[in-house]
Amino acid sequence: MSATDRDPIRLIVNGDRVDVCGVSPQTTLLEWLRGPRQLTGTKEGCAEGDCGACTVVVAESRGDGTLVWKPVNACLKLLPSLDGKAVFTIESLAGPGGALHPVQRAMVDCHGSQCGYCTPGMTMSLFALTKTARQPTRAEIDDALSGNLCRCTGYRPIVDAARLACAGDAEAGDTGWRGPGVAADGSRIVSTDEERIAAQLAALARAATFEYEGAGQRWIAPVDADGLAAACAAHPQARIVAGATDVGLWITKQHRDLGTLISTAGVRELAAIRRDADATTIGAAATLEDACAALDDDYPELRESWRRFASLPIRGAGTLGGNVANASPIGDSMPALIALSARVILRRESRVRSLPLEDYYLGYQKTAREDGEFVAAVVVPRRPANLVLRAYKVSKRRDQDISSVYAAFALVVENGIVRRARIGCGGVAPTPSRAGAAEVALAGRPWTEATAQAAASALEGAYTPIDDLRASAAYRRRVLGNLMRRCWLETGASAAAGARVPTRVDACAGD
Amino acid sequence: MNAPGPGLPDLTAAGEAVGRPVAHDSAELHVTGAAAYTDDIPEPRGTLHAAIGVSPAAHARLRSLDLAAVRAAPDVVDVIVAADVPGRNDVGPIEEDDPILADGVLSFAGQPVLAVAATTVEAARRAARLARFDLEPLPAILTVEQAMEARSFVLPPVHVARGDAQGALGRAPHRLAGTIRSGGQDHFYLEGQIALAIPLEGGAIHVHCSTQHPGEVQHMVAHALGIAAHQVVVECRRMGGGFGGKETQMSLIACVAAILARRNGRAVKLRLDRDDDMRSTGKRHAFVYGYDVGHDDDGRILALDLTLASRCGFSADLSGPVNDRAVFHADNAYWLPDVAIHSYRCRTNTVSDTAFRGFGGPQGMFAIEAVIDAVARATGRDPLDVRKANLYGVDERNVTPFGMTIEDNIAPALVDRLEETSRYRERRAAIAAWNRESPVVKRGLALTPVKFGISFTATHYNQAGALVHVYQDGTVLLNHGGTEMGQGLFTKVRQVVAQELGIGVEHVRVSASDTSKVPNASPTAASSGSDLNGMAARHAARTLRERLAAHAARKLDCDPEAVDFREGRVTGGPRSMGFAELARSAYFARVPLSATGFYATPKIHYDRRTLSGRPFYYYAYGAACAEVAIDTLTGEHRLLAVDILHDVGRSLNPAIDRGQIDGGFLQGWGWLAMEELVWDARGELKTHAPSTYKIPTAYDWPTRANVDFWPADNREETIHRSKAVGEPPFMLALAGFHALRDAVASVADYRYAPDLDAPATDERILFAVEDLRRRMSGAHR
Repeated sequence: MSATDRDPIRLIVNGDRVDVCGVSPQTTLLEWLRGPRQLTGTKEGCAEGDCGACTVVVAESRGDGTLVWKPVNACLKLLPSLDGKAVFTIESLAGPGGALHPVQRAMVDCHGSQCGYCTPGMTMSLFALTKTARQPTRAEIDDALSGNLCRCTGYRPIVDAARLACAGDAEAGDTGWRGPGVAADGSRIVSTDEERIAAQLAALARAATFEYEGAGQRWIAPVDADGLAAACAAHPQARIVAGATDVGLWITKQHRDLGTLISTAGVRELAAIRRDADATTIGAAATLEDACAALDDDYPELRESWRRFASLPIRGAGTLGGNVANASPIGDSMPALIALSARVILRRESRVRSLPLEDYYLGYQKTAREDGEFVAAVVVPRRPANLVLRAYKVSKRRDQDISSVYAAFALVVENGIVRRARIGCGGVAPTPSRAGAAEVALAGRPWTEATAQAAASALEGAYTPIDDLRASAAYRRRVLGNLMRRCWLETGASAAAGARVPTRVDACAGD
Repeated sequence: MNAPGPGLPDLTAAGEAVGRPVAHDSAELHVTGAAAYTDDIPEPRGTLHAAIGVSPAAHARLRSLDLAAVRAAPDVVDVIVAADVPGRNDVGPIEEDDPILADGVLSFAGQPVLAVAATTVEAARRAARLARFDLEPLPAILTVEQAMEARSFVLPPVHVARGDAQGALGRAPHRLAGTIRSGGQDHFYLEGQIALAIPLEGGAIHVHCSTQHPGEVQHMVAHALGIAAHQVVVECRRMGGGFGGKETQMSLIACVAAILARRNGRAVKLRLDRDDDMRSTGKRHAFVYGYDVGHDDDGRILALDLTLASRCGFSADLSGPVNDRAVFHADNAYWLPDVAIHSYRCRTNTVSDTAFRGFGGPQGMFAIEAVIDAVARATGRDPLDVRKANLYGVDERNVTPFGMTIEDNIAPALVDRLEETSRYRERRAAIAAWNRESPVVKRGLALTPVKFGISFTATHYNQAGALVHVYQDGTVLLNHGGTEMGQGLFTKVRQVVAQELGIGVEHVRVSASDTSKVPNASPTAASSGSDLNGMAARHAARTLRERLAAHAARKLDCDPEAVDFREGRVTGGPRSMGFAELARSAYFARVPLSATGFYATPKIHYDRRTLSGRPFYYYAYGAACAEVAIDTLTGEHRLLAVDILHDVGRSLNPAIDRGQIDGGFLQGWGWLAMEELVWDARGELKTHAPSTYKIPTAYDWPTRANVDFWPADNREETIHRSKAVGEPPFMLALAGFHALRDAVASVADYRYAPDLDAPATDERILFAVEDLRRRMSGAHR
């Protein structure tokens, strides 16, 4: 056993440096906090990242001496993935002498807790919000709370508390790490505490692959792509894990022993996002939140469906590469990426290859990825001229839900003629897929209602989806066609008629 | 002059304790993570962790069970099956048909069959999955329709009738019939079911668990272990949500933990994983309703024949009283002259359905509101006009189908007020005009009333006890038979006691519900917590106050009747003393400073066989006006706005009452518009986690919400003239459901009642829209 094998996991918990040895790398942060650390304020509600009772806040070094503060589902977070990070739990939030944090005060004053079980997680999500928002809109508050379920209050007092807490004092000044992250004038606040913590974390940063072993299981966290390639080659059967938003469930729900785990989260090149003249290259370990931000300039039409991809903590942990690699037929990134002609970059040792994303999917959860190979990046072309783009997610619940149907339409329309059409679909086939038949019904034709109807009919007939708990096959088919019709109403009909008909229920909400 | 005595705390407080928006008594503990739930209690040395192994089949004979792999799994200490239950293998609250661990015949997929104790949670859960079942499959009944066909019932059908429904139907100028359904609902309390059983000396046992009914858990554990009730202590400081799901469902969990603890002489904790919790514990009853209604040109109901058939699951549990309450609320706020109601309690091979906020009331109201909606569309009238035309009268047309005269009907006045404050008519016209211009998105509006009967229909449950101690420093410890699940009961009762003794609420501490402090307590259910326990605690506090007043009269040289307790001071004539000083003085004078209080609800009586009498002490009323939007291309929908006017009597705590209204309303919206339980053809629940079962999120709270209280006291002598508030607001969400129906109806010019069941998922809405469009085009042809 080499020296590195005995390396402990080094993290900061509520301000204290902690070294962890001996525990299995598939131990979740939640188990560890509630068990050995005896920090029982963080609750387990579902152990699958859907209720938010376990929300803690994790601070990571931004690399410039400041921190990124993220709400995190402790139930899905594997303990070794916190190496070099700072964890803050509800127990740390009250100030010296037990003075309630403004978020806690607001929750009490607004009567934001009833049974209290969701409250620690809810409070930590609101604390994270104070780091990024000053006077959040209702939609921003809803998004911040999209991963926190409350069964008692109806959320009204919690939304009130969010507003109250984020309004903050006129001049908060340097109130330490607990203070707000945004000043009244919108500028960022970096406290001296934050700089101190960032320095502590910088000292914990790894220069070489972190190898950890506990309870007979290995965790390998390379820091660069070569290290990752070497690790994958040495352990071709190892499970690659990025944000663990899916792999976490295999542990908490399926009680599986996952063997050796290779983490991509710390791989420099994989976290990188590069924008060139012809494409944006999103490293496989870039989080969904970062990926979405990177594509926002080119494709603002995707904003809503990105936001509804998952809750904020899941978007902050899950990666675009993980979503793509996992090959779920209901993964929400792939239909839009397919419509945008994205390619996936695969690497094994020094061999690098690139595939159109739709060709990566061979069958239900079967992909073109070979043993020892890993997804390195997703390459998304820059926005073409005259692009008409729409991406629609339909799910039983608006926020933090899995799609029943997802459709993305990318049409290049010139002088009223559809020059090129690409349609990506999810939830209607064993894999994310490209709807060739409907594309044919569009390409080369005038962008008219009749064309849209023909494409809609082609879409309805193109798939034989399944009945499941989310929707019937009949509904999925019907909605797929109707989303094409919606796309027409939003992009073609309004231009033709000069007035836009409402096509979304949110347009009526007045928020 | 006003200083407390030496070494005594200052108990002065400004103003009255009752009626103020006092924060939840655990609010600061909640927000700091310091509030301890059962899983947070430090585990005794050597605590074992348990897990259950469940039936893989909906209905099968268990030929044999191979536990070799379970026993051989790492860290396993003990495994039990039905034969290992030392006492009675049953946790049925009324009927004896609910085994702790199933034996012989397995009755639903997910039914507990074995339990494992291991040194870690993970080891226990892994091992519990290793049992090998040798099963002989039996035919399974999974739906209400199949059960009705097979006449498969957990309890005999019940029929309630007044007048001659069939004759009146025949004579009515208009008659229509239909069928509609409402789905079940998982409680989704954020804290799952959990019990920690600790063996004590002499064979006694102490169980910490998350329960609405410690007294029942106590008796069930005693029966399961074959020991006396006095050997079992059950304690619960707080639950992380209950909603009815911890009224009877905790018994099985506690019994398993207790049996394993007893066998091993070690503490045992059983905490269900969320998926196991959702698969193996009961839910709200799903109903299928059939109606045949006769009405006049104005939509007045002349006759109604109504069938309520519910899915009860494999055992009776609380299905009897739940379905009784559905019958009792099938009138909601409406006068039904000639009426026949038939209630079928269907036995199915699914988890046994149980109490859930409203306890059958929502389902009864669901039926009549659907009937009214159908009548409104048939007569072409605004549904609100039809609702108003059918409301019970105040002095006439005011007897329920089960023979109770309604003495407190405020529904007509309350509905009128809300109609005005919500600007219903103006918005109705605006929405109709808007919908004409909007081909894809349609908006809908509805205003519905709620009238909900308050009291347990099990008359003997309408009693409560409390125990109040005053210590030498004047601080007060309160205990009562109710449980805290977030509803604010402890806070309200604390206010009542503080008010009675004239001290600040912060000087009254509420201790955990504990069967060794207040015996034989009823479940905290039926919205009755404050009514019952508040009154019992007041009686206890009043006893103490009277004793203290007598003592104070001697000290202050005045008449005992003249002694006033207020703001931490005790005053008699010109002189006064601090409450703490009085308490200490009373102690030295050997005045007893502990008292019990008891309360039994007056006036109620009813015949369980015929369902006739006065089951309810009073009614709580409310109404909501909801506005929604639907997308006719996808069926997606959103609740846009709600105006609520609700009757809480004279509020004990307006902040807590507002919380119950908001939370109840949105939970009701979840039931009616979002949350769908899906079983597959083999009877396996497919929606057993929040990834698949979707309760409302923050987004689902409407952007416009106005909530007001009806400004009148309870006419009955309840605690400070307040009214129960736990359940009634849940049913306000019917306004949202009917707003959805209204939006769907708009696509056919409001001529037809849509075929739309609950939950009104996107899919149901889309297909209801398409169905109406087909009917319209058919009518035009």
